[in-house]
Amino acid sequence: MTASGVLILGANSDIARAVAHVYGAAGYPLMLAGRAPERFAPDMSDLHLRYGVPVTVHGFDVLETDSHAAFVANLPVLPDIVICAVGLLGIQAQAETDADHMSLVLRSNLEGPASALSQFAAAFEDRGSGVLVGISSVAGERGRASNYTYGAAKAGFTAFLSGLRNRLAGKGVHVVTVLPGYVATRMTEGMALPALLTAQPEDVARAIRLAVDTQRNIVHVRPIWAVIMGVIRLIPEPLFKRMKL
Amino acid sequence: MTQAELTGWGRFRPVATVLHTPRTAPEVATLLQSANPAIARGNGLAYGDSAVSSGYTISTRRMNRMLHFEPEHGLLEVECGVTLADIAAAMLPRGWFPPVLPGSGAVTVGGAIAADVHGKNHVHTGSFRGCVVWMDVMDKNGRVRRCSSTVQPDLFDHTLGGMGLTGVILAACLRLAPVETGWICQEQVTTSNFRHTVAELRAARAAPYAVAWLDGLTTGASFGRGVVMKGHHARYDDLPATLGSRTPRDAPSTRLRFDWPKWVLNTTSMRAFNALYFYRASKRTAPQLVDWRSFFFPLDAIDLWPRAYGSRGLLQFQCVLPHDTAEPGLEHILRATQEARCPPFLAVLKELGMQESAFSFPMPGLTLALDFPASPAALKVLDRLDAIVIENGGRVYLAKDARLKAGILRQSDPRADTFAAYRSEQGLDAHFQSAQSKRVQI
Ligand SMILES: Cc1cc2nc3c(=O)[nH]c(=O)nc-3n(C[C@H](O)[C@H](O)[C@H](O)COP(=O)(O)OP(=O)(O)OC[C@H]3O[C@@H](n4cnc5c(N)ncnc54)[C@H](O)[C@@H]3O)c2cc1C
Ligand SMILES: NC(=O)c1ccc[n+]([C@@H]2O[C@H](COP(=O)([O-])OP(=O)(O)OC[C@H]3O[C@@H](n4cnc5c(N)ncnc54)[C@H](OP(=O)(O)O)[C@@H]3O)[C@@H](O)[C@H]2O)c1
Repeated sequence: MTASGVLILGANSDIARAVAHVYGAAGYPLMLAGRAPERFAPDMSDLHLRYGVPVTVHGFDVLETDSHAAFVANLPVLPDIVICAVGLLGIQAQAETDADHMSLVLRSNLEGPASALSQFAAAFEDRGSGVLVGISSVAGERGRASNYTYGAAKAGFTAFLSGLRNRLAGKGVHVVTVLPGYVATRMTEGMALPALLTAQPEDVARAIRLAVDTQRNIVHVRPIWAVIMGVIRLIPEPLFKRMKL
Repeated sequence: MTQAELTGWGRFRPVATVLHTPRTAPEVATLLQSANPAIARGNGLAYGDSAVSSGYTISTRRMNRMLHFEPEHGLLEVECGVTLADIAAAMLPRGWFPPVLPGSGAVTVGGAIAADVHGKNHVHTGSFRGCVVWMDVMDKNGRVRRCSSTVQPDLFDHTLGGMGLTGVILAACLRLAPVETGWICQEQVTTSNFRHTVAELRAARAAPYAVAWLDGLTTGASFGRGVVMKGHHARYDDLPATLGSRTPRDAPSTRLRFDWPKWVLNTTSMRAFNALYFYRASKRTAPQLVDWRSFFFPLDAIDLWPRAYGSRGLLQFQCVLPHDTAEPGLEHILRATQEARCPPFLAVLKELGMQESAFSFPMPGLTLALDFPASPAALKVLDRLDAIVIENGGRVYLAKDARLKAGILRQSDPRADTFAAYRSEQGLDAHFQSAQSKRVQI
């Protein structure tokens, strides 16, 4: 446990809230960042009352990439751990014809998070320590008709995290890629998710903490997903293109 | 929004519903303004169908923040989905504790208010009502009204014990009780028969907390033997140096990951378990220090324990009988279960004291809670028990009920009619409905 704590980007997400509880319970100071940060006031009091840790709130928009350098520079302290939970599923059908929507999905899941994490990577590299956690998705393992815009962005984000990890290896900075599989959150509400394949946000949060503590590189929250995606990747393209997954 | 088949804690008779999990009050308002009847759901620890609706079921599990604490008077403002165990855990280091705790720590503040729950200290402290300073209740138009015993007292009265049927409780302010430690000094005595158990429980009234566990399976001379437990919060000076801390560390809970097959829990295995429990209690008569979770929530140590009852589910029956009929009446109840060869696997006896409210369960007397594996035979026995309750001037607890008939509720509790009248007068009956409220017609 250290003094400068954990920063969570996209702190209003269900997964992010669960992460805040896991780190709060472990005594870490918390920094919550996201759009319309005035919404975080109840979380701030909640985390502080439950765990007695300092909690600060910061306005952050992943799409405003021009502001990311200043965002990092203006933080009261440089955190030890940065966890990016920002993401946008979007509407696949809309992305197929509406260029703005497609761009929004790509930027919210890839360009924006990559920009923000790059700024932290530079600061962590200078300091010689830190952990960067990116929540990507198994949707990026192979493009499927139902959500390939999101999938493409997450594929890019997974590749970005892998390259970042490669670059920072040996520099004291560790990078974790999280592939949660299905999670019961606001993003998936109303979808009929198979119970055995679906994690709770709290499961994701525990998996993240464990991965950070044990310096894991790529984590599946439910190991079954590693098997499923392994199989899906093996399906030959001529067959795959006719399947409805 | 998710289509779901939901039950209460007893996992008996699933109801098809549309489950929503709002994060904010405006989201709740949108749901309530739809044409669908709705009911709020906390952690689903009511045993039957109190917290599931054939329309919308509104889960409060993501509305669970602690909002403000005023340390001078121990006043805590929380959102409705905060659990009582979380309150205790967060507030103990500050020297405060929930004054009323039911037998599970996963109960939410909304559920505790809606059932107006009681603890092992009802005689002294009353029901949960006593610690509610105010609460915010949202009506079908999405309007929020803050009520207390003096402001909008009608709404306050009917929401306590109102089983979610007066609106959605969004937030509440609770008055906590000061305590020195999270350790409980517990003493237990074993008793040799029903009469003895009742006498020891009544004698334990002087203790802040008291409860009796009954062996529902023994017959003959040891019919109704049990273990009476009393407790009080340990003072800081009572703690031996070896214990070290005011707040005990949390023990991890075990989770039952699958349904046990039917044959595992049966009368024979339960008889063996009861005998062992009784034996161990008889060896441990000296006062001992136990942590608050083990004392208040012994069943929480095994998460999802109703799975032990297998896919059939479990039925609980809890009634209260007034003091003048309690002893013979409860004996009659216990014997009726044995005569029907449907004895309870778990039986808990407590004393209740004075109660102020429109529709809350407690009345001065003794309350008995019985667990049965669900079966057609058990359902038949429960009908028989209803009749005994009515003969003895008692009532049954809706938070534990999954099968009570409308006419029987009215016979046992004339307040059901006034409660239903309040609902229709306020235009609540068409909008707030649970499977239970439809079944018992309130
Ligand atoms: C092991 C165990 C031990 C128990 N011991 C006791 C005991 O000692 N004493 C006792 O009194 N009870 C006891 N109970 C019963 C339990 O306290 C009540 O059923 C309680 O209401 C459950 O709370 P919940 O948050 O799970 O609510 P649920 O079970 O989800 O709902 C219960 C009722 O509360 C309503 N409700 C929930 N949240 C709200 C809200 N925000 N706004 C409006 N209505 C709402 C629901 O509509 C429903 O009618 C016990 C239950 C278990 C499983
Ligand atoms: N749920 C799943 O099944 C699943 C599976 C795999 C991966 N994931 C990933 O897990 C992460 C968390 O998602 P979740 O499931 O918890 O869903 P969520 O609640 O929808 O979280 C997404 C978060 O991203 C934030 N966000 C979107 N655009 C933003 C922007 N421009 N600037 C700042 N923040 C922005 C949202 O903030 P606002 O509140 O401001 O909108 C929201 O808090 C995402 O990266 C998601 O892709 C989820």
